[in-house]
Amino acid sequence: MSGALPILIGGPFAAAMVSFLFTGAIGRALSVLLATASAVAALATSIEVMRSGVQIHALAGWGAPLGIELRIDGLAMLMLLLTAGISLAVTTFAAGYLKGDAQPHFWPLWYFLWGALNTVFLVSDIFSLYVCLELITLAAVGGTALSGDRIALSASLRYLMSAIMGSLAYLLGVAMIYAQVGTLDLTQLSGRLGSSWSSGAALSLVTAGLAMKTALFPLHFWLPAAHSLAPAPISAALSAMVVKASFYVLLRFWFQLSEPTSNQLAAHLLGALGMAAVLWGSVQAALQERLKLVVAYSTVAQIGYLFFIFPLFGGALAAGRSEWAQEAWKGGIILILAHAVAKSAMFLVSGALLQTFGSDRISDLKGAAVRAPLTLAAWGIAGISLIGLPPSGGFIAKWLLLTTAIRQEYWLYVAVLLLGGLLASVYVFRVLWHSFLTPEEMPSVSRIPGSMSISILALTVVLLLMGLRPAIPLEFTLIGIPLPAGDLR
Amino acid sequence: MTAQYSVYALAGGLLVGFAFHALAIHTHVLKRILAWNTLGSAAFLVFGAIARRNTGAPDPVPHAIVITGIVVAISSTALALALARRIDEENKK
Repeated sequence: MSGALPILIGGPFAAAMVSFLFTGAIGRALSVLLATASAVAALATSIEVMRSGVQIHALAGWGAPLGIELRIDGLAMLMLLLTAGISLAVTTFAAGYLKGDAQPHFWPLWYFLWGALNTVFLVSDIFSLYVCLELITLAAVGGTALSGDRIALSASLRYLMSAIMGSLAYLLGVAMIYAQVGTLDLTQLSGRLGSSWSSGAALSLVTAGLAMKTALFPLHFWLPAAHSLAPAPISAALSAMVVKASFYVLLRFWFQLSEPTSNQLAAHLLGALGMAAVLWGSVQAALQERLKLVVAYSTVAQIGYLFFIFPLFGGALAAGRSEWAQEAWKGGIILILAHAVAKSAMFLVSGALLQTFGSDRISDLKGAAVRAPLTLAAWGIAGISLIGLPPSGGFIAKWLLLTTAIRQEYWLYVAVLLLGGLLASVYVFRVLWHSFLTPEEMPSVSRIPGSMSISILALTVVLLLMGLRPAIPLEFTLIGIPLPAGDLR
Repeated sequence: MTAQYSVYALAGGLLVGFAFHALAIHTHVLKRILAWNTLGSAAFLVFGAIARRNTGAPDPVPHAIVITGIVVAISSTALALALARRIDEENKK
Protein backbone atom coordinates (compact mmCIF):
# COMPACT_ATOMS: atom_id res chain seq x y z
CA MET A 1 0.00 0.00 0.00
CA SER A 2 2.39 2.67 1.18
CA GLY A 3 4.86 1.43 -1.41
CA ALA A 4 2.54 2.43 -4.25
CA LEU A 5 1.71 5.92 -2.95
CA PRO A 6 5.11 7.61 -3.50
CA ILE A 7 5.04 6.34 -7.08
CA LEU A 8 1.55 7.78 -7.62
CA ILE A 9 2.80 11.26 -6.78
CA GLY A 10 6.49 11.00 -7.57
CA GLY A 11 6.26 9.08 -10.85
CA PRO A 12 4.72 11.82 -13.03
CA PHE A 13 6.74 14.59 -11.35
CA ALA A 14 9.96 12.66 -11.92
CA ALA A 15 8.84 12.11 -15.52
CA ALA A 16 8.32 15.85 -15.90
CA MET A 17 11.83 16.57 -14.64
CA VAL A 18 13.40 13.89 -16.85
CA SER A 19 11.57 15.02 -19.97
CA PHE A 20 12.60 18.62 -19.27
CA LEU A 21 16.28 17.81 -18.85
CA PHE A 22 16.67 15.09 -21.49
CA THR A 23 14.74 15.73 -24.68
CA GLY A 24 16.30 12.81 -26.58
CA ALA A 25 14.85 9.36 -27.16
CA ILE A 26 16.22 7.91 -23.91
CA GLY A 27 14.76 10.75 -21.85
CA ARG A 28 11.42 10.29 -23.58
CA ALA A 29 11.38 6.55 -22.94
CA LEU A 30 12.39 6.98 -19.29
CA SER A 31 9.71 9.59 -18.64
CA VAL A 32 7.01 7.43 -20.23
CA LEU A 33 8.17 4.56 -18.04
CA LEU A 34 8.01 6.68 -14.86
CA ALA A 35 4.56 7.99 -15.70
CA THR A 36 3.27 4.54 -16.59
CA ALA A 37 4.54 3.30 -13.24
CA SER A 38 2.14 5.74 -11.57
CA ALA A 39 -0.76 4.28 -13.55
CA VAL A 40 0.23 0.81 -12.35
CA ALA A 41 0.47 2.17 -8.80
CA ALA A 42 -3.08 3.53 -9.15
CA LEU A 43 -4.27 0.06 -10.11
CA ALA A 44 -2.43 -1.57 -7.21
CA THR A 45 -3.85 0.95 -4.74
CA SER A 46 -7.35 0.42 -6.07
CA ILE A 47 -7.10 -3.31 -5.39
CA GLU A 48 -6.06 -2.44 -1.83
CA VAL A 49 -9.02 -0.08 -1.41
CA MET A 50 -11.41 -2.69 -2.81
CA ARG A 51 -10.07 -5.27 -0.32
CA SER A 52 -9.82 -3.26 2.85
CA GLY A 53 -11.70 0.03 2.44
CA VAL A 54 -10.52 3.58 3.05
CA GLN A 55 -6.74 3.95 3.18
CA ILE A 56 -5.00 6.60 5.26
CA HIS A 57 -1.30 7.35 5.03
CA ALA A 58 0.56 9.93 7.12
CA LEU A 59 3.38 11.46 5.06
CA ALA A 60 6.76 10.80 6.70
CA GLY A 61 4.92 9.40 9.71
CA TRP A 62 3.54 12.81 10.69
CA GLY A 63 -0.19 12.52 11.19
CA ALA A 64 -2.81 15.26 11.19
CA PRO A 65 -3.10 17.98 12.43
CA LEU A 66 0.58 18.87 12.07
CA GLY A 67 1.49 16.60 9.16
CA ILE A 68 -0.27 16.08 5.88
CA GLU A 69 -2.37 12.96 5.51
CA LEU A 70 -3.16 11.16 2.31
CA ARG A 71 -6.60 9.62 2.34
CA ILE A 72 -8.02 7.37 -0.35
CA ASP A 73 -11.69 6.47 -0.31
CA GLY A 74 -13.79 5.15 -3.17
CA LEU A 75 -14.29 8.55 -4.79
CA ALA A 76 -10.58 9.38 -4.65
CA MET A 77 -9.76 5.94 -6.00
CA LEU A 78 -12.09 6.29 -8.97
CA MET A 79 -10.59 9.71 -9.75
CA LEU A 80 -7.07 8.26 -9.58
CA LEU A 81 -8.01 5.38 -11.89
CA LEU A 82 -9.69 7.84 -14.25
CA THR A 83 -6.60 10.07 -14.29
CA ALA A 84 -4.39 7.06 -14.97
CA GLY A 85 -6.55 5.79 -17.82
CA ILE A 86 -7.12 9.10 -19.55
CA SER A 87 -3.52 10.19 -19.07
CA LEU A 88 -2.26 7.00 -20.69
CA ALA A 89 -4.60 7.57 -23.65
CA VAL A 90 -3.58 11.22 -23.96
CA THR A 91 0.12 10.34 -23.73
CA THR A 92 -0.25 7.76 -26.50
CA PHE A 93 -2.21 10.22 -28.62
CA ALA A 94 0.21 13.09 -28.08
CA ALA A 95 3.19 10.98 -29.16
CA GLY A 96 1.63 10.73 -32.60
CA TYR A 97 -0.14 14.09 -32.73
CA LEU A 98 2.58 16.57 -31.81
CA LYS A 99 5.11 17.78 -34.34
CA GLY A 100 8.78 17.39 -33.39
CA ASP A 101 9.44 20.97 -32.28
CA ALA A 102 6.37 21.12 -30.01
CA GLN A 103 7.34 17.98 -28.08
CA PRO A 104 10.07 19.34 -25.74
CA HIS A 105 7.66 21.97 -24.43
CA PHE A 106 4.66 19.68 -24.19
CA TRP A 107 5.99 16.76 -22.17
CA PRO A 108 7.20 18.48 -18.98
CA LEU A 109 3.96 20.48 -18.72
CA TRP A 110 1.88 17.40 -19.37
CA TYR A 111 3.61 15.26 -16.75
CA PHE A 112 3.38 18.09 -14.19
CA LEU A 113 -0.34 18.25 -14.89
CA TRP A 114 -0.66 14.49 -14.45
CA GLY A 115 1.26 14.54 -11.15
CA ALA A 116 -0.71 17.50 -9.81
CA LEU A 117 -3.99 15.74 -10.64
CA ASN A 118 -2.88 12.59 -8.81
CA THR A 119 -1.90 14.66 -5.78
CA VAL A 120 -5.13 16.61 -5.56
CA PHE A 121 -7.09 13.36 -5.31
CA LEU A 122 -4.81 12.02 -2.58
CA VAL A 123 -4.32 14.85 -0.12
CA SER A 124 -6.81 15.36 2.67
CA ASP A 125 -5.78 18.80 3.81
CA ILE A 126 -7.56 21.93 2.65
CA PHE A 127 -4.40 24.02 2.24
CA SER A 128 -2.52 21.32 0.34
CA LEU A 129 -5.57 21.14 -1.90
CA TYR A 130 -5.03 24.85 -2.66
CA VAL A 131 -1.41 24.25 -3.60
CA CYS A 132 -2.36 21.30 -5.83
CA LEU A 133 -5.09 23.28 -7.56
CA GLU A 134 -2.58 26.05 -8.28
CA LEU A 135 -0.09 23.53 -9.62
CA ILE A 136 -2.78 22.19 -11.93
CA THR A 137 -3.59 25.74 -13.06
CA LEU A 138 0.02 26.62 -13.85
CA ALA A 139 0.58 23.44 -15.86
CA ALA A 140 -2.79 23.74 -17.63
CA VAL A 141 -2.28 27.40 -18.55
CA GLY A 142 1.18 26.63 -19.89
CA GLY A 143 -0.31 23.83 -21.97
CA THR A 144 -3.04 26.10 -23.32
CA ALA A 145 -0.45 28.63 -24.51
CA LEU A 146 1.66 26.00 -26.30
CA SER A 147 0.70 26.97 -29.84
CA GLY A 148 2.11 30.44 -29.14
CA ASP A 149 -0.23 32.42 -31.38
CA ARG A 150 -1.86 35.58 -30.14
CA ILE A 151 -5.41 34.28 -29.59
CA ALA A 152 -4.19 31.24 -27.69
CA LEU A 153 -1.94 33.42 -25.53
CA SER A 154 -4.78 35.81 -24.69
CA ALA A 155 -7.09 32.89 -23.91
CA SER A 156 -4.53 31.34 -21.58
CA LEU A 157 -3.88 34.64 -19.80
CA ARG A 158 -7.61 35.04 -19.22
CA TYR A 159 -7.77 31.44 -18.04
CA LEU A 160 -4.90 32.11 -15.61
CA MET A 161 -6.52 35.27 -14.23
CA SER A 162 -9.88 33.58 -13.69
CA ALA A 163 -8.33 30.51 -12.11
CA ILE A 164 -6.25 32.63 -9.72
CA MET A 165 -9.28 34.69 -8.72
CA GLY A 166 -11.00 31.41 -7.91
CA SER A 167 -8.03 30.15 -5.94
CA LEU A 168 -7.74 33.32 -3.88
CA ALA A 169 -11.42 33.23 -2.98
CA TYR A 170 -10.85 29.62 -1.93
CA LEU A 171 -7.78 30.61 0.10
CA LEU A 172 -9.69 33.33 1.97
CA GLY A 173 -12.35 30.74 2.78
CA VAL A 174 -9.66 28.39 4.09
CA ALA A 175 -8.29 31.20 6.28
CA MET A 176 -11.70 31.74 7.83
CA ILE A 177 -12.22 28.03 8.42
CA TYR A 178 -8.81 27.68 10.03
CA ALA A 179 -9.45 30.67 12.28
CA GLN A 180 -12.58 28.95 13.59
CA VAL A 181 -11.58 25.33 13.92
CA GLY A 182 -7.78 25.44 14.09
CA THR A 183 -7.11 22.51 11.79
CA LEU A 184 -6.71 22.02 8.05
CA ASP A 185 -7.33 18.30 7.93
CA LEU A 186 -10.56 17.39 6.15
CA THR A 187 -11.32 14.42 8.39
CA GLN A 188 -10.76 16.40 11.58
CA LEU A 189 -12.79 19.31 10.24
CA SER A 190 -15.75 17.08 9.46
CA GLY A 191 -18.78 18.07 11.50
CA ARG A 192 -16.89 20.73 13.47
CA LEU A 193 -17.84 23.69 11.32
CA GLY A 194 -20.85 25.19 13.02
CA SER A 195 -23.62 27.08 11.31
CA SER A 196 -22.42 30.54 12.30
CA TRP A 197 -22.43 33.36 9.76
CA SER A 198 -18.65 33.18 9.43
CA SER A 199 -18.65 29.49 8.53
CA GLY A 200 -21.39 30.28 6.02
CA ALA A 201 -19.26 33.07 4.55
CA ALA A 202 -16.22 30.80 4.45
CA LEU A 203 -18.13 28.06 2.64
CA SER A 204 -19.59 30.62 0.21
CA LEU A 205 -16.11 31.91 -0.63
CA VAL A 206 -14.82 28.38 -1.14
CA THR A 207 -17.83 27.43 -3.25
CA ALA A 208 -17.64 30.57 -5.41
CA GLY A 209 -13.92 30.13 -5.96
CA LEU A 210 -14.26 26.49 -6.92
CA ALA A 211 -17.29 27.21 -9.13
CA MET A 212 -15.09 29.68 -11.01
CA LYS A 213 -12.41 27.04 -11.51
CA THR A 214 -15.00 24.40 -12.48
CA ALA A 215 -16.54 26.89 -14.96
CA LEU A 216 -20.08 26.73 -13.60
CA PHE A 217 -22.40 29.01 -15.59
CA PRO A 218 -22.11 32.08 -15.56
CA LEU A 219 -18.46 31.79 -14.46
CA HIS A 220 -17.65 29.69 -17.53
CA PHE A 221 -16.63 32.65 -19.75
CA TRP A 222 -12.95 31.65 -19.81
CA LEU A 223 -13.55 27.99 -20.69
CA PRO A 224 -14.59 27.80 -24.37
CA ALA A 225 -11.62 29.82 -25.68
CA ALA A 226 -9.05 28.11 -23.46
CA HIS A 227 -10.31 24.57 -24.06
CA SER A 228 -10.70 25.00 -27.80
CA LEU A 229 -7.40 26.81 -28.48
CA ALA A 230 -5.17 24.41 -26.56
CA PRO A 231 -3.53 21.57 -28.51
CA ALA A 232 -5.94 18.58 -28.70
CA PRO A 233 -4.22 16.39 -26.07
CA ILE A 234 -4.20 19.30 -23.59
CA SER A 235 -7.83 20.13 -24.42
CA ALA A 236 -8.75 16.55 -23.64
CA ALA A 237 -7.04 16.72 -20.25
CA LEU A 238 -8.54 20.15 -19.48
CA SER A 239 -12.12 19.14 -20.16
CA ALA A 240 -11.86 15.63 -18.80
CA MET A 241 -9.78 16.11 -15.67
CA VAL A 242 -8.85 19.69 -14.79
CA VAL A 243 -12.38 21.03 -14.26
CA LYS A 244 -13.21 17.81 -12.37
CA ALA A 245 -10.35 18.36 -9.94
CA SER A 246 -11.88 21.56 -8.58
CA PHE A 247 -15.32 19.94 -8.62
CA TYR A 248 -13.88 17.07 -6.60
CA VAL A 249 -12.63 19.53 -3.98
CA LEU A 250 -16.08 21.11 -3.91
CA LEU A 251 -17.65 17.69 -3.27
CA ARG A 252 -15.26 17.20 -0.34
CA PHE A 253 -16.25 20.53 1.17
CA TRP A 254 -19.97 20.01 0.77
CA PHE A 255 -20.25 16.44 1.87
CA GLN A 256 -17.31 15.78 4.15
CA LEU A 257 -17.02 19.12 5.86
CA SER A 258 -20.46 20.65 6.16
CA GLU A 259 -23.81 19.13 7.00
CA PRO A 260 -25.41 18.47 3.56
CA THR A 261 -28.94 19.12 4.80
CA SER A 262 -28.20 22.45 6.46
CA ASN A 263 -27.79 24.52 3.30
CA GLN A 264 -30.51 23.27 0.97
CA LEU A 265 -31.16 26.80 -0.31
CA ALA A 266 -27.55 27.21 -1.46
CA ALA A 267 -27.70 23.69 -2.93
CA HIS A 268 -30.72 24.64 -5.03
CA LEU A 269 -28.92 27.80 -6.15
CA LEU A 270 -26.06 25.63 -7.42
CA GLY A 271 -28.61 23.31 -9.01
CA ALA A 272 -30.33 26.25 -10.73
CA LEU A 273 -27.01 27.50 -12.11
CA GLY A 274 -26.36 23.94 -13.24
CA MET A 275 -29.67 23.88 -15.10
CA ALA A 276 -28.85 27.21 -16.76
CA ALA A 277 -25.45 25.79 -17.71
CA VAL A 278 -27.03 22.71 -19.33
CA LEU A 279 -29.42 24.78 -21.44
CA TRP A 280 -27.02 27.62 -22.33
CA GLY A 281 -24.03 25.34 -23.01
CA SER A 282 -26.01 22.92 -25.18
CA VAL A 283 -27.58 25.67 -27.28
CA GLN A 284 -24.21 27.36 -27.76
CA ALA A 285 -22.63 24.01 -28.68
CA ALA A 286 -25.26 23.48 -31.36
CA LEU A 287 -24.53 26.92 -32.86
CA GLN A 288 -20.74 26.69 -33.16
CA GLU A 289 -19.00 26.38 -36.51
CA ARG A 290 -15.77 24.89 -35.23
CA LEU A 291 -15.62 21.35 -33.92
CA LYS A 292 -13.46 22.09 -30.88
CA LEU A 293 -15.77 24.90 -29.81
CA VAL A 294 -18.73 22.50 -30.01
CA VAL A 295 -16.91 20.16 -27.67
CA ALA A 296 -15.87 23.00 -25.34
CA TYR A 297 -19.41 24.35 -25.00
CA SER A 298 -20.63 20.83 -24.47
CA THR A 299 -18.31 20.73 -21.44
CA VAL A 300 -20.04 23.85 -20.07
CA ALA A 301 -23.35 21.98 -20.40
CA GLN A 302 -22.18 18.69 -18.93
CA ILE A 303 -20.63 20.42 -15.92
CA GLY A 304 -24.11 21.76 -15.22
CA TYR A 305 -25.43 18.23 -14.58
CA LEU A 306 -22.70 17.62 -12.01
CA PHE A 307 -24.10 20.40 -9.83
CA PHE A 308 -27.45 18.58 -9.60
CA ILE A 309 -25.80 16.31 -7.04
CA PHE A 310 -25.97 19.04 -4.35
CA PRO A 311 -29.75 19.59 -4.25
CA LEU A 312 -30.55 15.94 -5.01
CA PHE A 313 -28.29 14.57 -2.27
CA GLY A 314 -29.28 17.16 0.31
CA GLY A 315 -32.97 16.89 -0.56
CA ALA A 316 -32.94 13.14 -0.11
CA LEU A 317 -31.26 13.41 3.27
CA ALA A 318 -33.69 16.13 4.35
CA ALA A 319 -36.52 13.75 3.43
CA GLY A 320 -34.81 11.08 5.52
CA ARG A 321 -34.25 8.77 2.54
CA SER A 322 -30.57 7.97 2.49
CA GLU A 323 -31.06 5.39 -0.30
CA TRP A 324 -32.16 8.24 -2.58
CA ALA A 325 -29.10 10.21 -1.52
CA GLN A 326 -27.04 7.18 -2.43
CA GLU A 327 -28.50 7.24 -5.94
CA ALA A 328 -27.64 10.92 -6.34
CA TRP A 329 -24.10 10.27 -5.10
CA LYS A 330 -23.58 7.30 -7.43
CA GLY A 331 -25.11 9.13 -10.38
CA GLY A 332 -22.97 12.23 -9.87
CA ILE A 333 -19.73 10.30 -9.60
CA ILE A 334 -20.45 8.03 -12.57
CA LEU A 335 -21.28 11.17 -14.54
CA ILE A 336 -17.85 12.61 -13.68
CA LEU A 337 -16.24 9.43 -15.00
CA ALA A 338 -18.43 9.03 -18.07
CA HIS A 339 -18.12 12.66 -19.07
CA ALA A 340 -14.35 12.59 -18.62
CA VAL A 341 -13.94 9.56 -20.85
CA ALA A 342 -16.43 10.77 -23.48
CA LYS A 343 -15.08 14.30 -23.55
CA SER A 344 -11.44 13.28 -23.83
CA ALA A 345 -12.43 10.95 -26.68
CA MET A 346 -14.24 13.83 -28.40
CA PHE A 347 -11.30 16.23 -28.12
CA LEU A 348 -8.93 13.57 -29.39
CA VAL A 349 -11.33 12.92 -32.28
CA SER A 350 -11.35 16.65 -33.05
CA GLY A 351 -7.56 16.61 -33.08
CA ALA A 352 -7.49 13.56 -35.34
CA LEU A 353 -10.00 15.13 -37.76
CA LEU A 354 -8.02 18.37 -37.74
CA GLN A 355 -4.92 16.46 -38.79
CA THR A 356 -6.73 14.30 -41.33
CA PHE A 357 -8.58 17.13 -43.10
CA GLY A 358 -6.47 20.15 -42.16
CA SER A 359 -9.51 21.98 -40.78
CA ASP A 360 -11.82 21.72 -37.82
CA ARG A 361 -14.72 23.60 -39.38
CA ILE A 362 -17.84 21.45 -39.34
CA SER A 363 -18.71 22.53 -42.89
CA ASP A 364 -15.37 21.09 -44.07
CA LEU A 365 -16.24 17.65 -42.74
CA LYS A 366 -18.22 16.60 -45.81
CA GLY A 367 -17.18 13.12 -46.85
CA ALA A 368 -15.46 12.48 -43.55
CA ALA A 369 -17.66 9.47 -42.83
CA VAL A 370 -16.14 7.75 -45.88
CA ARG A 371 -12.58 8.92 -45.34
CA ALA A 372 -12.31 8.54 -41.56
CA PRO A 373 -15.08 6.11 -40.55
CA LEU A 374 -13.45 4.85 -37.36
CA THR A 375 -12.77 8.34 -36.02
CA LEU A 376 -16.38 9.35 -36.61
CA ALA A 377 -17.66 6.13 -35.07
CA ALA A 378 -15.75 7.11 -31.93
CA TRP A 379 -17.40 10.55 -32.06
CA GLY A 380 -20.77 8.80 -32.29
CA ILE A 381 -20.13 6.54 -29.31
CA ALA A 382 -18.85 9.41 -27.18
CA GLY A 383 -21.93 11.36 -28.28
CA ILE A 384 -24.23 8.53 -27.21
CA SER A 385 -22.79 8.76 -23.73
CA LEU A 386 -23.15 12.54 -23.61
CA ILE A 387 -26.79 12.27 -24.70
CA GLY A 388 -27.32 9.55 -22.13
CA LEU A 389 -28.33 6.61 -24.32
CA PRO A 390 -27.52 2.98 -23.46
CA PRO A 391 -25.11 1.24 -23.48
CA SER A 392 -22.74 3.82 -22.10
CA GLY A 393 -21.49 5.27 -18.84
CA GLY A 394 -23.50 8.42 -19.47
CA PHE A 395 -26.73 6.42 -19.55
CA ILE A 396 -26.09 4.82 -16.15
CA ALA A 397 -25.25 8.19 -14.60
CA LYS A 398 -28.25 10.04 -16.00
CA TRP A 399 -30.56 7.14 -15.16
CA LEU A 400 -29.53 7.30 -11.50
CA LEU A 401 -29.89 11.09 -11.35
CA LEU A 402 -33.23 10.93 -13.13
CA THR A 403 -34.52 8.22 -10.78
CA THR A 404 -33.68 10.12 -7.64
CA ALA A 405 -35.02 13.40 -9.08
CA ILE A 406 -38.34 11.72 -9.93
CA ARG A 407 -38.57 10.09 -6.49
CA GLN A 408 -38.03 13.45 -4.82
CA GLU A 409 -40.50 15.07 -7.25
CA TYR A 410 -38.00 17.69 -8.40
CA TRP A 411 -39.71 18.02 -11.78
CA LEU A 412 -37.60 20.94 -12.99
CA TYR A 413 -34.43 18.86 -12.66
CA VAL A 414 -36.17 15.97 -14.42
CA ALA A 415 -37.18 18.25 -17.29
CA VAL A 416 -33.67 19.68 -17.70
CA LEU A 417 -32.10 16.20 -17.57
CA LEU A 418 -34.36 15.08 -20.42
CA LEU A 419 -34.14 18.30 -22.43
CA GLY A 420 -30.37 18.40 -22.04
CA GLY A 421 -30.10 14.96 -23.60
CA LEU A 422 -32.22 16.10 -26.52
CA LEU A 423 -30.10 19.22 -27.04
CA ALA A 424 -26.92 17.14 -26.84
CA SER A 425 -28.21 14.94 -29.63
CA VAL A 426 -28.55 18.07 -31.80
CA TYR A 427 -24.87 18.97 -31.65
CA VAL A 428 -23.67 15.37 -31.77
CA PHE A 429 -25.75 14.47 -34.83
CA ARG A 430 -25.10 17.79 -36.55
CA VAL A 431 -21.45 16.82 -36.85
CA LEU A 432 -22.31 13.29 -37.99
CA TRP A 433 -24.81 14.65 -40.51
CA HIS A 434 -22.20 16.93 -42.10
CA SER A 435 -19.74 14.08 -42.28
CA PHE A 436 -22.22 11.97 -44.27
CA LEU A 437 -22.88 14.68 -46.87
CA THR A 438 -21.30 14.06 -50.26
CA PRO A 439 -18.86 16.80 -51.24
CA GLU A 440 -18.31 17.88 -54.87
CA GLU A 441 -14.87 16.34 -54.65
CA MET A 442 -13.59 14.03 -51.97
CA PRO A 443 -11.37 15.91 -49.48
CA SER A 444 -7.71 15.11 -49.60
CA VAL A 445 -6.66 13.41 -46.40
CA SER A 446 -3.40 12.87 -44.60
CA ARG A 447 -2.89 9.63 -42.74
CA ILE A 448 -2.76 9.85 -38.97
CA PRO A 449 -0.35 7.77 -36.86
CA GLY A 450 -1.73 4.52 -35.45
CA SER A 451 -1.12 5.62 -31.86
CA MET A 452 -3.77 8.31 -32.26
CA SER A 453 -6.43 5.86 -33.45
CA ILE A 454 -5.54 3.35 -30.76
CA SER A 455 -5.96 5.83 -27.93
CA ILE A 456 -9.31 7.05 -29.27
CA LEU A 457 -10.60 3.49 -29.65
CA ALA A 458 -9.42 2.54 -26.17
CA LEU A 459 -11.42 5.41 -24.68
CA THR A 460 -14.60 4.41 -26.52
CA VAL A 461 -14.22 0.80 -25.40
CA VAL A 462 -13.96 1.98 -21.78
CA LEU A 463 -17.06 4.09 -22.28
CA LEU A 464 -19.07 1.14 -23.57
CA LEU A 465 -17.76 -1.12 -20.81
CA MET A 466 -18.94 1.39 -18.23
CA GLY A 467 -22.42 1.00 -19.67
CA LEU A 468 -22.29 -2.78 -19.92
CA ARG A 469 -20.50 -3.54 -16.64
CA PRO A 470 -21.33 -0.62 -14.32
CA ALA A 471 -21.14 -2.74 -11.15
CA ILE A 472 -17.41 -2.18 -10.52
CA PRO A 473 -17.38 1.63 -10.50
CA LEU A 474 -20.71 1.65 -8.64
CA GLU A 475 -19.21 -0.56 -5.95
CA PHE A 476 -16.29 1.85 -5.58
CA THR A 477 -18.51 4.90 -5.10
CA LEU A 478 -19.88 3.41 -1.87
CA ILE A 479 -16.49 3.08 -0.13
CA GLY A 480 -16.35 6.01 2.25
CA ILE A 481 -19.64 7.55 1.05
CA PRO A 482 -20.51 10.53 3.28
CA LEU A 483 -23.63 8.96 4.79
CA PRO A 484 -24.12 7.72 8.36
CA ALA A 485 -22.80 4.15 8.41
CA GLY A 486 -26.08 2.65 9.61
CA ASP A 487 -27.86 3.95 6.52
CA LEU A 488 -25.83 1.89 4.10
CA ARG A 489 -27.56 -1.02 2.53
CA MET B 1 -8.34 37.29 18.31
CA THR B 2 -6.43 39.60 20.61
CA ALA B 3 -7.45 43.17 19.93
CA GLN B 4 -4.09 44.58 18.94
CA TYR B 5 -3.77 42.09 16.10
CA SER B 6 -7.26 42.39 14.72
CA VAL B 7 -6.11 45.60 13.02
CA TYR B 8 -4.17 43.34 10.63
CA ALA B 9 -7.25 41.29 9.87
CA LEU B 10 -9.24 44.47 9.24
CA ALA B 11 -6.47 45.81 6.98
CA GLY B 12 -6.61 42.51 5.10
CA GLY B 13 -10.35 42.90 4.62
CA LEU B 14 -9.84 46.45 3.37
CA LEU B 15 -7.22 45.25 0.87
CA VAL B 16 -9.66 42.64 -0.44
CA GLY B 17 -12.07 45.47 -1.14
CA PHE B 18 -9.41 47.54 -2.90
CA ALA B 19 -8.35 44.57 -5.02
CA PHE B 20 -11.88 43.78 -6.17
CA HIS B 21 -12.47 47.45 -6.91
CA ALA B 22 -9.32 47.58 -9.05
CA LEU B 23 -10.29 44.38 -10.85
CA ALA B 24 -13.72 45.83 -11.60
CA ILE B 25 -12.53 49.14 -13.10
CA HIS B 26 -9.20 48.34 -14.78
CA THR B 27 -8.74 46.46 -18.03
CA HIS B 28 -5.00 46.98 -18.44
CA VAL B 29 -3.31 43.66 -17.93
CA LEU B 30 -0.54 44.94 -15.63
CA LYS B 31 -3.04 46.65 -13.36
CA ARG B 32 -5.08 43.47 -13.19
CA ILE B 33 -2.01 41.43 -12.30
CA LEU B 34 -1.19 43.96 -9.56
CA ALA B 35 -4.78 43.77 -8.35
CA TRP B 36 -4.77 40.04 -7.79
CA ASN B 37 -1.38 40.27 -6.18
CA THR B 38 -2.95 42.71 -3.74
CA LEU B 39 -5.72 40.20 -3.17
CA GLY B 40 -3.13 37.54 -2.42
CA SER B 41 -1.32 39.82 0.02
CA ALA B 42 -4.66 40.52 1.70
CA ALA B 43 -5.17 36.80 2.24
CA PHE B 44 -1.65 36.50 3.68
CA LEU B 45 -2.27 39.39 6.03
CA VAL B 46 -5.44 37.72 7.26
CA PHE B 47 -3.44 34.53 7.88
CA GLY B 48 -0.87 36.57 9.79
CA ALA B 49 -3.58 37.92 12.07
CA ILE B 50 -5.04 34.43 12.52
CA ALA B 51 -1.68 33.24 13.86
CA ARG B 52 -2.23 35.48 16.89
CA ARG B 53 -5.87 34.61 17.45
CA ASN B 54 -5.14 33.19 20.89
CA THR B 55 -3.04 34.76 23.61
CA GLY B 56 0.35 33.15 24.12
CA ALA B 57 2.81 31.96 21.51
CA PRO B 58 1.78 32.57 17.88
CA ASP B 59 0.48 29.59 15.88
CA PRO B 60 3.16 28.57 13.34
CA VAL B 61 0.80 26.88 10.86
CA PRO B 62 -0.53 30.14 9.27
CA HIS B 63 3.10 31.29 8.88
CA ALA B 64 3.93 28.13 6.97
CA ILE B 65 0.83 28.70 4.85
CA VAL B 66 1.86 32.27 4.02
CA ILE B 67 5.35 31.18 2.97
CA THR B 68 3.92 28.49 0.68
CA GLY B 69 1.34 30.96 -0.59
CA ILE B 70 4.01 33.50 -1.50
CA VAL B 71 5.85 30.88 -3.54
CA VAL B 72 2.64 30.07 -5.41
CA ALA B 73 1.88 33.78 -5.93
CA ILE B 74 5.36 34.48 -7.32
CA SER B 75 5.16 31.57 -9.77
CA SER B 76 1.75 32.53 -11.06
CA THR B 77 2.73 36.20 -11.34
CA ALA B 78 5.80 35.20 -13.32
CA LEU B 79 3.68 33.10 -15.67
CA ALA B 80 1.14 35.90 -16.10
CA LEU B 81 3.88 38.45 -16.84
CA ALA B 82 5.55 36.12 -19.33
CA LEU B 83 2.22 35.61 -21.12
CA ALA B 84 1.51 39.35 -21.10
CA ARG B 85 4.92 40.09 -22.64
CA ARG B 86 4.46 37.47 -25.35
CA ILE B 87 1.03 38.90 -26.19
CA ASP B 88 2.58 42.36 -26.40
CA GLU B 89 5.29 41.09 -28.76
CA GLU B 90 2.73 39.35 -30.94
CA ASN B 91 0.66 42.55 -31.09
CA LYS B 92 3.67 44.55 -32.29
CA LYS B 93 4.32 42.20 -35.20
